[in-house]
Parts: sequence; C-alpha cells; structure tokens
Amino acid sequence: MSLVELTDIHKSFGSVEVLKGISMTMEQGEIVAIIGRSGSGKSTLLRCINGLESVQSGRIQVAGIEATKPGADLNALRQRAGMVFQSYNLFPHLSVERNVMLALRLVQKMSVDEARELAHAMVAKVGLAEKLAAYPDELSGGQQQRVAIARSLAMQPTLMLFDEITSALDPELVGEVLKVLEGVAREGMTMMLVTHEMNFAKNVADRVIFMHEGRIHEDGPARETLLEPRTEELRSFLSAVLH
Amino acid sequence: MNYNFKFKALAPYTSEIIDGVILTLQLSAVTMLLGLAIGLAVAIASISPKSALRRPARIYVEAIRNTPLIVQLFIVFFGLPTLGIKLGANSAALIALSINLGAYSSEILRAGFESIRPSQIEAGRSLGLTAAQTFRHVVLFPAIKSIYPALASQFVLLMLTTSIVSSIGATELFGQAAFIDSRTYRSFEVYALITLSYLFLTLAFRSLFSAIYWLVFVRRSRA
Amino acid sequence: MIREFSLNDLVFMLEALRWTVGLAIIATIGGGALGIIVAVLRVVAFKPANWLAIGYINLVQGTPLLGQLFVFFFGLPLFGIQVDAWVAASLSLSIYASAFFGEIWRGSLQSVSQRQWEAGAALGLNYWQRLTHVVLPQALRISIAPTVGFLVQLVKNTSLAALIGFIELTRASQIITAATFAPLPVYTTAAALYFIICFSLSQFSQRLERRFHVTR
Ligand SMILES: Nc1ncnc2c1ncn2[C@@H]1O[C@H](COP(=O)(O)OP(=O)(O)OP(=O)(O)O)[C@@H](O)[C@H]1O
Ligand SMILES: [Mg+2]
Repeated sequence: MSLVELTDIHKSFGSVEVLKGISMTMEQGEIVAIIGRSGSGKSTLLRCINGLESVQSGRIQVAGIEATKPGADLNALRQRAGMVFQSYNLFPHLSVERNVMLALRLVQKMSVDEARELAHAMVAKVGLAEKLAAYPDELSGGQQQRVAIARSLAMQPTLMLFDEITSALDPELVGEVLKVLEGVAREGMTMMLVTHEMNFAKNVADRVIFMHEGRIHEDGPARETLLEPRTEELRSFLSAVLH
Repeated sequence: MNYNFKFKALAPYTSEIIDGVILTLQLSAVTMLLGLAIGLAVAIASISPKSALRRPARIYVEAIRNTPLIVQLFIVFFGLPTLGIKLGANSAALIALSINLGAYSSEILRAGFESIRPSQIEAGRSLGLTAAQTFRHVVLFPAIKSIYPALASQFVLLMLTTSIVSSIGATELFGQAAFIDSRTYRSFEVYALITLSYLFLTLAFRSLFSAIYWLVFVRRSRA
Repeated sequence: MIREFSLNDLVFMLEALRWTVGLAIIATIGGGALGIIVAVLRVVAFKPANWLAIGYINLVQGTPLLGQLFVFFFGLPLFGIQVDAWVAASLSLSIYASAFFGEIWRGSLQSVSQRQWEAGAALGLNYWQRLTHVVLPQALRISIAPTVGFLVQLVKNTSLAALIGFIELTRASQIITAATFAPLPVYTTAAALYFIICFSLSQFSQRLERRFHVTR
C-alpha cells in the first residue's frame, strides 16, 4: 500500500467541477511538486487530501486512513498529514512557543515540559529560537511562515503538504523559507508541495505533477518533466512562468 | 391563567391609533431632517482644523451620547420654561429628538467624510472628469452609499425611540396607547398591540429602505 | 410646600443611582446569559434554530424598549405572576440586552477568519478544541470593546424604568422636581450623574478597542 492513494477523485463547487478525475499514488520519502495555472485545482487537491474539502466521488487513502469512508477519523489523518498554508494562519493570540505547543498538548496529550522542549527544538530548527516569546504580528511574513512549518513539523507527521507557502512573501523573504524546506527535504520527509518556484521544484523534488483544468496532465521525474515537457500545455505554462 | 383577552375593546379607538401612527411618522421624518442638518454642521465642525470648532462639537456629541434621551427631554420640556421658554409637548419632543439625533448622525456623517479618499479624487480627475463630475460620481455617490445603511437603521431606531416622548404627553403612537389605556383599562392588550404596531412599522421601513438601496445603488452599478 | 433643591435631594439621587447601576448589572448578567444562547442559536448549523434566533432579535430590536417594558409590567400579572416594577424592568432590560449581546457576539465569532478554523483542523484539533482554543479566545478579544460600548446604551436605557414607577435616578429626579419645582437643576444634575458613568464606560471601551485592535 502506498502512502497516498487517490482513485478517480471528482470535486465540484456548486455546478463547477474543479477536480475531474484525479488518480495518483505517492510513496514514503517521495517529494512531489505540483505545478499548474491558477485555478487548475492544485489547492483543492491538497485540501481534499487533508480532509478540509469533501469530494463528490472517488477514493482517498492517506497513511492508512480512508478519508472518503463515511465517519473517517479526519483528525487522525491530519495528524499524519501536516499542512502549511499560503497565508501562514498562525494563531494571532498565541506566542510562537504557544502556537507550536497547542496541538502537542491538546492532540498528542504531551505534558507541558515535553511539549515545550519539542517546540523549542522545532523553532530552533527553522532558525527562530530567539523569537519564541514573540507574537505573530511582531514577525515578518517569512518568519511567520517558518513558525508555521515548525508548528506542523512538531506534530511529527508522516507527510507534509505545502500550498504555495512562499507566494504571499516579499521576494527577499522567499529564500529563507525555501532553505528551511530544503532542510526538511534532506531529513527524508515525504512532501507534496504546490509551488511556482520552478528552480526549487527542479532541484529539490523527485517528481513533478502538472495540473491542467482539473486533471493531471503530466506526471514524471522532476528534471526530465521540467526540462523536456511532453505536452504543449506544459510547454506554454513553463514558458509563461519562466519569462 | 383565566384572564380574558379583549382586543375587541380596542376597536373603537382605531382612529386614535391611526392618528398616533401618523404623528409618529411625522415626528420621525421631521426629526430626521433636523437631526441630519444639525449632524452635518457638527460633523463639519468636528473635522475642522480649528479647535475652536472641533472642541464644542466634541463636547456636544459626548454630552448627548452619554446621557439618556428622557433626561434631555425633561430638561427641554420642564427645564426651559423656568428660563421663560415655554414649549408644547410635541414641539419639545421635536427639539429634544433633533438635538439627540444630531449627535448620532454627526458621527455617521463624519465616517462618510472619512471614507472619501483623496487618491480617488485624483483618479477621477486624471480620467478627465470635470470637478463637478468628480464630486458627484467619485465623492458624493460612494460616500452616500457607504453611510446609507447606517442612516437607514438610525431612522428605524429613531422611530422606535420617539415612543419615549409620550412621557411628556406627546400624542404620538405610544401616547395614544396611554390614552386608550386610560379609557379601556385594558393595559396589556393596548400595550401589546401598540408595541406590535411598531414592529410592523419597523419591518415596513426596513423593506422600503432596502428596496431603495437596491434601486439606487445596486441596480445602477449593474447597468 | 415648595422647598429648595438641597444636599438631601442630591443624596436621594445618589441613592437612586445605585438602582440605576444595579438594574444595569442585572440586565448585563441576565442579558449576557441569554445573549450567549442567542448567539449560539444564531450560528449553529441548524436552520430552524437560526430562524428562531433571527425572529427573536427582530422582535426585540424592532419594537420600542418602552413597549416591552409596559408589556411585561402589565402582562406578567395576567399569568398570575405579581411583579414589582423592578422585576418587570430587570426582565425586559435583560431581554433587550440579550438581543444586542447576541448580535455583538455572533459578529465577533464570525469575524474570526475561516482560515483559523482550518489551521486548527490541519493540526488535528477536534471541533471543540478549535472552538475553545483557537476561535473563542480571538472572538472574545474582538467583542470586548463593543460589549462595553453597549453597556452605555444599557445604563441610559435603565432610565425608562422610571416610567413604570421604578425608583432609579430618573424617577428620583421626577419626585424631587415635584417637591422643589426646580426641574432645571434637578435634571441637569441627573444628566451629569449619567454622564459620569456613561462617559467613563465609553472611554474605557475606546481604550479596550485600541488595546485589542492589534490582532493579538
Ligand atoms: N470554496 C470554493 N468555492 C467555490 N469555488 C472554489 C472554492 N475554492 C476554489 N474554488 C474554485 O475552484 C477552482 C480551483 O481552485 P484552486 O484554489 O484549487 O486553484 P489553484 O490551482 O490552487 O489556483 P492558484 O494557483 O490560484 O492558487 C477555481 O476556479 C476556484 O475559483
Ligand atoms: Mg491555490
């Protein structure tokens, strides 16, 4: 059984079909970059995998949990599949330390000391040890995003989902977040990331999925797919984003 | 409970109720006009760079908003005559209500002024609109649109508030209730009926105001 | 016998002011408890509950408080409940407050972005944990200033209880006026007393507003 298995996923918002039959699998340790035009359904796909959206038909299995079964334990699934959003979504009323500790305490039932220790380690890992007591509104966008990554990593998920996590950042802050991502990748984390950073996809991802109009249009090894696109759609997409 | 509700006993007083409704509406409408006029003057004073204008405006607004209408009403109706200014109940009501509304509407209007952004005016002029066109389409229309909902709910609130002037013997709708009560001794029925009449007026005005909003602001911007 | 407006009268007014404040406190507590129910009924994912809450809010906000006061004052005895003016006043002011609190708190709850719910979900928090640890603490901060702001309305509106004979500040002023025929000084004094309470609350509310305006 693969870590992630999607079988013929269909998802509509009202009368608009956004995902038109997505099937794919993903193995432990893989790093998959999802690219595609705005509106092609990338975010929706990630949100379905994390159970934030329900699908009309198809089967979703993540880390041994069938998300599409009625009564599926979505909270358990989400503990195994961490997710980081474009807009950081830190909890504004909690300090950095407490942001990271919250789910450790509530979901993983750690003691305060255990949770604090882990939180400190994770925040240090993203290079923000000196910001533990700060509140989100005192941090730059890049710093907030790094905290969001630490918060998710602290849950020790089997899989991490990243949705355009650098798109809301000023250009000079993108680098620091990508560096953190590279570090996470090196440690062998299984990752699925939606990104517009083609160089990052080429260098860090094992595999690239190109989505087009709600379908997987190309799916292959990262360098090969990006350097030698097989379809006209991917070619024109790449020339549009690279120039 | 073995009380016999006798709403029928109120039937002979239909014309009093109608008179009351009419006076309530007149009072509300005239107060709205006077209150807005006062409010406009106060709002302009309160954004003026001169503190000689700003300060009295501020004091007026704070004094009115932090004291009950009924006390303001008593000062006008019972207090002013001791200074030689005698007023009938209905005119005292109109004055007190207008002064009261002036304070609240000045805050709404001020928010309307503040919603106007200079960059919008520049954008209008740079598109080749004349000063008058810019004022009408870029300044006035959006500003009115932004304060319209607040003004509409202020009007409904005002209409409900006019009931308070019955306490000095004004003969608007709630005053008529007291009169009918004194004739029929059917206090509960009278006040329940009158209170529900206000609900009817409220719903009618809310519908009217949203219809106007739709006609003036929504349909127009679609066309 | 006409007498002067004296220090004794002022003392009487200050004593009556305690009832103004007391009534406001009762209505805050009663209205607060009811208001929570209204807010919850307004937001739960169950249409009939939403309709019930909307109807209630419209009924309370669409009729004059004075009317509600009289309806309770004359209506409760018909159900065999003998009420003093203060009971009728407490009850109707509580109901009045509950509709406004309900709306203020619903607004605060809904102004916490959907993304905060999602961020909680993505960390595996269950619904209750998301509500109590993520959304409510933020909603509470947002609601403090408007809640205190509404208390100003409430304090002012306790004055209407005078019209059903409850002796709070306004009624006390009427009584003193009848004895002294000095309406101007009496009512101005009453206004000043109301002003002190309401202005302090307004200022406090604005301070809270500024303080909690930052997202934290
Ligand atoms: N909650 C929603 N309700 C209605 N339509 C939605 C909703 N979320 C997404 N959509 C629509 O679904 C389509 C796919 O959206 P999605 O966010 O998945 O695209 P995307 O590939 O992530 O685009 P982007 O690169 O702009 O983030 C879009 O047309 C969008 O308008
Ligand atoms: Mg997206």
